[in-house]
Amino acid sequence: MSGHASFEPTNKIVKWFEDRLPVLGLAHASFVAFPTPRNLNYWWTFGGILFFFLLVQIITGIILAMHYVPHEALAFDSTEHILRDVNYGWLLRYLHSNGASMFFLAVYIHIFRGLYYGSFKGPREILWIIGVVIYVLMMAAGFLGYVLPWGQMSFWAATVITNLFSAFPIVGEPIVQWLWGGFSVGQPTLNRFFSFHYLVPLLLYVFVILHVWALHVVGNNNPTGVSVKKDQDTLPFHPYYTIKDSYAIVAFLLIYFWFVFFNPNQLGHPDNYIPADALVTPPHIVPEWYFLPFYAILRAVPDKLGGVLLMFGALAVLAVLPWLDRSKARSLTYRPLMKGFFWIFAVDAVLLGWLGSQPAEGIFVTLSRLATAYYFAHFLIILPLVSKFEVPRPRPASIMDAVLEKSGDADEAKS
Amino acid sequence: MTTNDAVDEKRRDFLYIATGAVAAVGAGLACWPLIDQMNPDATVKALASIEVDLSPVELGQSITVVWRGKPVFVRHRTEEDIKAAEAVDVATLRDPQSDKDRVQKPEWLVMVGICTHLGCIPKGQKVGDDRGDYNGWFCPCHGSHYDTAGRIRKGPAPLNLVVPPYEFLTDEKIKIG
Repeated sequence: MSGHASFEPTNKIVKWFEDRLPVLGLAHASFVAFPTPRNLNYWWTFGGILFFFLLVQIITGIILAMHYVPHEALAFDSTEHILRDVNYGWLLRYLHSNGASMFFLAVYIHIFRGLYYGSFKGPREILWIIGVVIYVLMMAAGFLGYVLPWGQMSFWAATVITNLFSAFPIVGEPIVQWLWGGFSVGQPTLNRFFSFHYLVPLLLYVFVILHVWALHVVGNNNPTGVSVKKDQDTLPFHPYYTIKDSYAIVAFLLIYFWFVFFNPNQLGHPDNYIPADALVTPPHIVPEWYFLPFYAILRAVPDKLGGVLLMFGALAVLAVLPWLDRSKARSLTYRPLMKGFFWIFAVDAVLLGWLGSQPAEGIFVTLSRLATAYYFAHFLIILPLVSKFEVPRPRPASIMDAVLEKSGDADEAKS
Repeated sequence: MTTNDAVDEKRRDFLYIATGAVAAVGAGLACWPLIDQMNPDATVKALASIEVDLSPVELGQSITVVWRGKPVFVRHRTEEDIKAAEAVDVATLRDPQSDKDRVQKPEWLVMVGICTHLGCIPKGQKVGDDRGDYNGWFCPCHGSHYDTAGRIRKGPAPLNLVVPPYEFLTDEKIKIG
């Protein structure tokens, strides 16, 4: 891809520095001149929103760690202490806990955008797989962080999730005791989870940089799915997309702040305001909302190991997506049949989430099984078959053509 | 180059592989302390056994004691409980075990009160608890039903509730662990 204006420093000191470490030129090429398809819609702003939330989580998290104590006798009280006594502690804590939810909300939109517009297809396979890794790391960070306040839900989430590993024959039990540092979830577990909760965001940051790097090698996909062919198809990232992303971030902040300032516990669970008790399991334990679809899959299977494998399989199948969808067209805009299946899948994913929040009995179990079967059928049967037989509608010759066609000026452009 | 360049490729390969193998073993050994530090430590292992006085436990009553940070269920079983447990055809069970193999004295059932599915504490210890379809214990997390011998009968759990090592010190006192 040819660039827009390149970075040529006029200031002698800047030039001296640039000759020795070309980091300013790299930043300029990546975030100023970077050629970006001119037709990106607002679904493309969620990458920027996600990066913003990564920073929010890291900054508020570092501050919370200054006041939090990772000890089984003090963790719950220190969390309350943050909420009640620390200056602006209530704000920082709720920014962090709701920030996690917003992070997941944004990442789900980001993932579904990728699914809809075929952003996982070549040449973006590695970009997509790094994205799946980031998603898994986010889940680890979210789970570890949820354990730290050491309420009832924290404790039992830690118990249930670590017990997933006990499903594996022979090695299961030693692995679980190794994770716990004891014979049950306790002080050693909490202490190391705090350490891991600090480690995972660092890994996240590394993978986010790889994700952005991979993006800048292959370039953005766009709503038509047609590759960039000429300079006219693109705009420099700044100011066009810096402004668009900023606007979207501010709009997204409205949702975030509605939770933080008016309903800070809406997405949490009241049982987590009861201190952890190793002898009483809450009658109805549910994970945070962003894990619910996978929780539903876990519970849908009547076999322990099977449930665990299927749950991890539901994530793993995302990584091989580029090889399951064989269609030449990227964007579902030009694939009416697959577009229909996309929306059925979206409904199925939300349905699984709702089922995960319901008790594991009666009709909910049956529905969970059907929805789980459909989840896998979508990726392993529907996607490969439909992409093989569906003939995509004609696609525009270029991004510029698509843009002009939309504004009714296609004829003028041809002259 | 004036030296004799005839290189013994096999000798080089051997040295290369041998060096790599030693380095790999060394790196592996160096990792072990970093991994093993996470296993249960000496203070955790030290709290290994407890003694429980059974004399105050009435017929039909259950108590919960803590052993190694885990709840241990002790139920003083009634005649009906014992009969119901013994009447089951062992071959039909998911984790086949006769009632006799799970108790030392039929009236005392001692077992770790942790669901073998994902580690929740089953209900059934208190009066008024849901005891599930087999009048034993019921795990509310994912719906596992245990019978009056603590054996898995229905639901996702793969195994019976675990019987810990214990011994009767006197007729009314046991030592767990």
